[in-house]
Amino acid sequence: MGGVPLAVEGGFEAPGPRDFEFPPIFGEGTVLTKPMLIVIVATVLVGAFFYVAARSMAMVPGKYQYAVEGVYGFVRNGIVGDAVGREGLKFVPYLVTLFSFIFALNISGIIPFVQFPATSRIAIPLFLAVISCVIFNLVGIRRQGFVGYFRNMMFPSGVPWPVYILLAPIEFVSTVVIRPLTLTLRLALNMFAGHLVLLLTVLGGEYLLLEAGGLSAVLSVVPFLFAFILTVFEGFVQFLQAYVFTLLSALYIAGALVEEH
Amino acid sequence: MDGNLNMIGYGLAAIGPGVGIGLIFAAYINGVARQPEARGVLQGIAILGFALAEALAIIGIGLAFVL
Repeated sequence: MGGVPLAVEGGFEAPGPRDFEFPPIFGEGTVLTKPMLIVIVATVLVGAFFYVAARSMAMVPGKYQYAVEGVYGFVRNGIVGDAVGREGLKFVPYLVTLFSFIFALNISGIIPFVQFPATSRIAIPLFLAVISCVIFNLVGIRRQGFVGYFRNMMFPSGVPWPVYILLAPIEFVSTVVIRPLTLTLRLALNMFAGHLVLLLTVLGGEYLLLEAGGLSAVLSVVPFLFAFILTVFEGFVQFLQAYVFTLLSALYIAGALVEEH
Repeated sequence: MDGNLNMIGYGLAAIGPGVGIGLIFAAYINGVARQPEARGVLQGIAILGFALAEALAIIGIGLAFVL
């Protein structure tokens, strides 16, 4: 494991992967760590967000219901409507859950005093990607039959037969292995890299301000300014990655729904 | 000066996806400039292409830390 290389004369310790490992909150022997706590809190908050709105649905929405319907409508019209079409409507609940859960976990990276995107621990995106992978494969198998699904996937028509020797394994690996893997890596490492950059600017600014001494305290304005700008940018990236994860899940489901002949 | 040569490799590897993402958004901006009403359709496609091109850069940073 290599840290981020920085040509700084001794003293400053650049943030690295070790900053993503947290000790148990209640001391040795317990299992609850900060990312796990974030996941639990996010689950409760997202659940309550939708549950409270669903309990008191009004014909004329208030501000709160309007916000909840905004989230739902964004996924329904913005993601499923464009990518899947009418047939995708029964997957909207799953995709709304996916989107809001990922967004809650991502945005915890820039919420003051929490400031750790739980999705940067690879287990969480991996689990979500596996769920998506199982769903779109099952949908394809149920729609096209077991043989039909894999035949359509591995042996698309209109290709001369010797190409199948190359194409079939590539298509199979790309659908069953590469798709969930890239979903996982894209989300986890985006959050990882974003958090690392934020850590670098904040810790670098802190080092210049407090420890480097002399005039460099003035220079610490620059990293702190960048920390602010990058925090805003990170918020955008965190939204975008939740959107991309949901969009790709929807597209994979759409691909499984299409019946090729 | 210490550090890890992997990071230089990652920097080089990020050139490709960087150019790719630039081309994708250049095409998107072009499309919207020529046909502003197509913005909604183009946005989804642009984001999708961006995500697929970005996956390469992201796999790169993963490997830079892991290998």
